[in-house]
Amino acid sequence: MSNAAIVEIEHLSFGYDAARPVLRDVSLTMPNGKVVGIMGQSGCGKTTLLRIIGGARRPDRGSARVLGTRVNGLHGRDLYALRRKMGMLFQFGALFTDMTAFDNVAFPMREHTDLPEELIDDLVLMKLEAVGLRGAARLTPAELSGGMARRVALARAIALDPQLILYDEPFTALDPISFGAIARLIRRLNDSLGATSVIVSHDVKECLDIVDYMYFMSAGEIVAHGTPDEMRASADPFVGQFVRGEGDGPIPFHYPAMAFGEDLELSAAHA
Amino acid sequence: MPDRGSAGALRRIFGRLGESVTERLWRLGFAARFFGYMLLHSGTALRRFQLTAREIYFAGVLSLIIILVSGLFVGMVLGLQGYDTLQRYGSSEALGILVALSLVRELGPVVAGLLFASRAGSAITAEIGLMKATEQIAAMEMMAVDPIARVVAPRFWGGVISMPLLAALFSAMGIFGGYLVGVQLIGVDEGAFWSQMQASVDVREDILNGVIKSVVFGIAVTWIAVFEGYDAQPTAEGVSSATTRTVVTSSLAILALDFVLTALMFTGGNAR
Repeated sequence: MSNAAIVEIEHLSFGYDAARPVLRDVSLTMPNGKVVGIMGQSGCGKTTLLRIIGGARRPDRGSARVLGTRVNGLHGRDLYALRRKMGMLFQFGALFTDMTAFDNVAFPMREHTDLPEELIDDLVLMKLEAVGLRGAARLTPAELSGGMARRVALARAIALDPQLILYDEPFTALDPISFGAIARLIRRLNDSLGATSVIVSHDVKECLDIVDYMYFMSAGEIVAHGTPDEMRASADPFVGQFVRGEGDGPIPFHYPAMAFGEDLELSAAHA
Repeated sequence: MPDRGSAGALRRIFGRLGESVTERLWRLGFAARFFGYMLLHSGTALRRFQLTAREIYFAGVLSLIIILVSGLFVGMVLGLQGYDTLQRYGSSEALGILVALSLVRELGPVVAGLLFASRAGSAITAEIGLMKATEQIAAMEMMAVDPIARVVAPRFWGGVISMPLLAALFSAMGIFGGYLVGVQLIGVDEGAFWSQMQASVDVREDILNGVIKSVVFGIAVTWIAVFEGYDAQPTAEGVSSATTRTVVTSSLAILALDFVLTALMFTGGNAR
C-alpha cells in the first residue's frame, strides 16, 4: 500500500443480484490531497462505488481501503469512527428540513464534540462564511435556492474538517452561476483543508477544470483514466464520446432490442 | 384427472401465496429486529430528553385539538344514548357510571388510539419516509450519527409517552361531555351522576386497566409508524403507501389488541 494513497480500491465487484453486476473488477487509487473525478453516464456504477468508499455498501469481492482502513470489513462503531474523518455532499444536499442552515452545519459538531455552544456558533459562522452564506444562517432549507442549499450542505460536509470529502453528483440541477460557484468551492476547500476529494459526476467538461485526476467508468468498469490534459488529448473513443457529448458511439444510443422490422411485424416483402 | 394446464395454474397460485406469506413473515421478523434494535439504542432519546420532548410536542400536543373535540362529542353521544336506554329501566342516575366505564375501559384508549394513529402515526411515517427519500437518513449515517438512535427512538418514545396522556384527556373530556348532556341538558341529578361514578369506578380494575391498554396501543401504533417510515420505498409513491399502511395496520392492531386485553383484564377473573 502506498502511504500517500487515501483511497485504494482493488479488484472490486458488486451487484444487487447475480444477474446484474454493477461493478466489475474495479481497481483505482486516489492520492492524498488530490481532487479525483469519477465520470460516467447514469447507471454506470459510479455512485455505487462512492457508497462503497463511504461504507454504505459492501462489495461482493475485492477490497476498499479508505484512510488506511479496510472499509468493507467494518461494522458499527468502527465504521462510524472512520466516517467521522469523512464528509459527504449528497446530490441534492440532503439538508435536514426541520433545521435552519445554521443548525444543519452545527449538527455534526453538536453530535460529535463537547464544544461549548459559543465556540460552535463561531465555527459554524466560519464554515458558512467559507461558502458565502453567513447571511443565510437563519434561513430554513425551504427558503434556500438549490445552489444555496448545496453550499450549506457543503459547509456541513466540512464541519469537522474531514480528511476525505465525497461528492455525489454535486452539480445536478444547478444554474451556471451556482455551478461555477460550487466547482470553485470544491477546489478551494480541498486545498485549504488539505483534504482529498472524490467527485462522482457526469458533467465532464466542468470537472476537467477542477480535478487533478479522472477515471471514466462504463458498465461497471474503469475504461479510461488520466490527468485532465491526458483526457482532453485522448484518442479513446469512449473518452471522446463523453467529452464531446456525442449521442452514439461506444456507448450505444439504442437500448438492446430485436430487429426493428421484426418488432413492427413487417414481412420480408415489406422489409 | 387435472390436465397439465390446471396443474401449472395451481402451482402458480400456491407459489404466489407462499411467496406472499414468506415475504410477510420476513417483514414481521425485520420489524421485530427493528423494535429490538430501537430499544437497545434508546439511550440517546432518554439521555437527551429534549429530543423526545420535541416529539411529544409533535405527536401529543398537536393532537390535542382532535382528541379533545372528539372526546367531548363521544361523551355527549354516550350521554344521550345512555340516558335513552337507562330511563326505560328507571336507572337514569346510573348515567355517570355508564359514561365513565365506557370511556375509561374502552372508548378512551380505543378511539384515542385510532385518532392517534391517523393524526400522529401517519405524520411520523411520512416524516421518516420523506427523510429517507430525500437522503437525510443516509446523510446522517454518513455523518456517523445512528438514525435509529437520533430520529427513530425519540419519535417512538414521544408517541409512547403521549398516547396514555391523550387517552386520559379523551376520557376526561368525554365524561365532561356526558355531564353536559346528561345533567345540564336533560336534567339527571348531578349528585347521583358524580357519586355513582365515584363509587363504581375502580382505580385498579377500570382506570389502571384503561391506562395499560393505552400504553400498549401507544407502543403498537408508534412502532408500526416508525417502522413503516423507515422501511418505506424512498419515492413519493412509497411514502404514500407506507402512510396508508400505518393507518390501516395500526387501526387493526388496536382493535385486535383491545379484544385480547379486554379478554385478559375483564373476563379472566370472572369466567368460571
